[in-house]
Amino acid sequence: MYFGLSEEQKSLEESITKYLEASAPLETIKAIADGDAEKAKTIHQGLVDLGISGLMVPERYGGLELDTLFAAVVAGALGAGTAPSPFIGAYVMAPLALSLAGKDDQKDNWLPKIAGGDAVIGIGLSEYVGAREDAGVNFSEGKISGRSLFVIDGKNADGYILANKSGQLFLVDANTKGIEVTNLTTVDKTRDSIELILKDVNAELLPGSEKDLSTTNKMVDTGRLMLSADTVGASQIMLDKSVAYSLERKQFGRAIGSFQAVKHMCAEMTAELEPCHSMVWHAAHCQDNIEEEAREMACHLKAHVAEVGQQVSKTSIEVHGGMGFTDEMGLHYWFKRIGLNRQLLGSPELVREEVAKLQGFDQILIKKDN
Amino acid sequence: MDLEYGPEYDDFRNEVTSFIKDNENVKIVGPVRSKSRVAWQQKLIDNGYFARSIPKEYGGYGGDMDIIKLRIIAEEFAKSPIPKPMGGQGIQMLVPTILELGTEEQKQAYVRPTLRGEMIWCQGYSEPNSGSDLASLQTKGELDGSEWVINGQKIWTSTAHLSQMCFILVRTEPDAPKHQGISYLLMPMDTPGIDRRPIKQMTGDSDFNELFLTDVRIPAANIIGKRGEGWKVANATLGHERGSLADPNATMNRFNSLVNLMKGETVDGERIIDKPVFRDRLLKIQGRIVAQQSNSLRILSSQINKGQNTSMARFITKLQGTELRHDLEGLAIDAMGEIGTLYEDSPHLRDKGAWQMSYMYFLGLIIGGGTSQIQKNIISERGLGMPKEPKVQGA
Repeated sequence: MYFGLSEEQKSLEESITKYLEASAPLETIKAIADGDAEKAKTIHQGLVDLGISGLMVPERYGGLELDTLFAAVVAGALGAGTAPSPFIGAYVMAPLALSLAGKDDQKDNWLPKIAGGDAVIGIGLSEYVGAREDAGVNFSEGKISGRSLFVIDGKNADGYILANKSGQLFLVDANTKGIEVTNLTTVDKTRDSIELILKDVNAELLPGSEKDLSTTNKMVDTGRLMLSADTVGASQIMLDKSVAYSLERKQFGRAIGSFQAVKHMCAEMTAELEPCHSMVWHAAHCQDNIEEEAREMACHLKAHVAEVGQQVSKTSIEVHGGMGFTDEMGLHYWFKRIGLNRQLLGSPELVREEVAKLQGFDQILIKKDN
Repeated sequence: MDLEYGPEYDDFRNEVTSFIKDNENVKIVGPVRSKSRVAWQQKLIDNGYFARSIPKEYGGYGGDMDIIKLRIIAEEFAKSPIPKPMGGQGIQMLVPTILELGTEEQKQAYVRPTLRGEMIWCQGYSEPNSGSDLASLQTKGELDGSEWVINGQKIWTSTAHLSQMCFILVRTEPDAPKHQGISYLLMPMDTPGIDRRPIKQMTGDSDFNELFLTDVRIPAANIIGKRGEGWKVANATLGHERGSLADPNATMNRFNSLVNLMKGETVDGERIIDKPVFRDRLLKIQGRIVAQQSNSLRILSSQINKGQNTSMARFITKLQGTELRHDLEGLAIDAMGEIGTLYEDSPHLRDKGAWQMSYMYFLGLIIGGGTSQIQKNIISERGLGMPKEPKVQGA
């Protein structure tokens, strides 16, 4: 029995963390948030060079075929570095969808390109998880129409995998006629968000998803897991920065970190956040090894981490006082990233309702009198 | 990552489950120290299900220190209504302390009867003016020939009315700095000069006592460690206590009872569990328990695999575990509404009033064993490396 990261996982985490510290310091993140797309591309490529695109792609298609825990470790490091790069949709959910539900030519076409960092596929599952504004896509006779909101990693993507409301998955080439991409401006400028509007666009069903929701559900679970890992990584940095700042900043003749009011804020953040690391690892392990617990763990993780992330990101800014509120200090990039992660693929209340139903809490067992 | 215990443990688990099956109908009668209780305790020791790694010569089973086996025993016993091994401060705190720091004579004299449940211990630590600041304690111990003479007052002494012995902290070196002037003594409770008064708690029970100590004379040999080393000795046992106060697996069992309660209780014919606001609170609690279970797996792993640092994971367990359990019990009361306020032997009472009892009891545990605020100091100072409050002159 060993509960924790392997040496390989730790070293992958370290390589990404070091790369982002060197290549994506706060100044660079600010430039990208202000629209410097070239810098974002460079960082994306740098991360691809470190192997993030091939993690989840099967070996026979040129990928590394690693455990979900490796991807979770990467997601955590990307959250910590507020990395402006595709990952969760393009390199985790897309290869999952294709390898589990795609047919051979779909796999042959896309998986090697994903592994090599030559293709980005955006993922639109929002309407399956819970449609807003009556968005949704419909497929008939090889054509797809409708709208999909918050397509993950969809900006400048080469293709899309979209779910309809009942969870069937469709593959669309981005170069097909009839696709309109609208940028959505969210608070989080470290990642792009888009809306897709489709009018009679040629699309292919991923055949494994036609009658079986398991792939779609696994994408949702894994996506939630990655978003949670991202939040935990981002939250840990906010906590670390809070402690460091509190030891530096002096008021009333002493470091503010020597006041119990401030120490207890940091202790409360720690008490909530520390178990979340273990929870991410545990949920990732369940995805690959303990099928009967995988869905519940992913839901609990998503909902719980969303709450903890909200508390930590708020408290961290408070520890920094007025400086925490400034653009110069830049804490808001983590705060906003955590804020977007909270809502993507289901806000905590919706996810908790899901896990209640997974456990049958909504079912009334009728006792039979004999 | 590997959550399997390994096939070599399957046999062991089978052994435990068959023991449990064979003994499912064991009944224990009488109070603590009763014949049947001591006999059961001894049977658990003989089979290695209690005091497993404690050497045979001191009354233990004399087995290997295999954390996974201990875990399997705990898991299987938790699933069954079979009587559990005794706990208490003697077993959880005193025995490990004596085994670590006691003399050979002390090990011979105290460990076996304590493990068998024949010798019950209470803890004489807190004083009316020394709670969170325990090291400021003022109960005096003076050596008079071959005897310690103890004078002072202790408080929050649980099970004092059932105990034969008390491990007590007293100030023996009044001129030394506060942490270096304390000694750890072993005081027989039938010594003249001990006056015990029960403290009635908000639950209505009296689990605690005040001890008034007037010229209590005990043998000079009844000391663990050297004079003035009592603080160090006591800290060895405090670590043993904190871990045991709020086990997330026990909390998950309690959660399952809460689910059943919320399925059974109705308002205007609608089940409480079907009301979205209540259901959301329920699931929020479950998410927090799951997080703590993951945390505890990480701690377990570090006991098996050397070199895993889980000190932060440990610092947070008492704070998180007790607060969570209190919230869980509180939700049960809200789920019952007015019915939830019923207590003692009222009509309409649910589960013998256990939810109100636990709601209050866990508020006590939030305070006892180092308050939540002290836990936050520990997390921030020892965990995060933040500075202590500046010392007030003269304190």
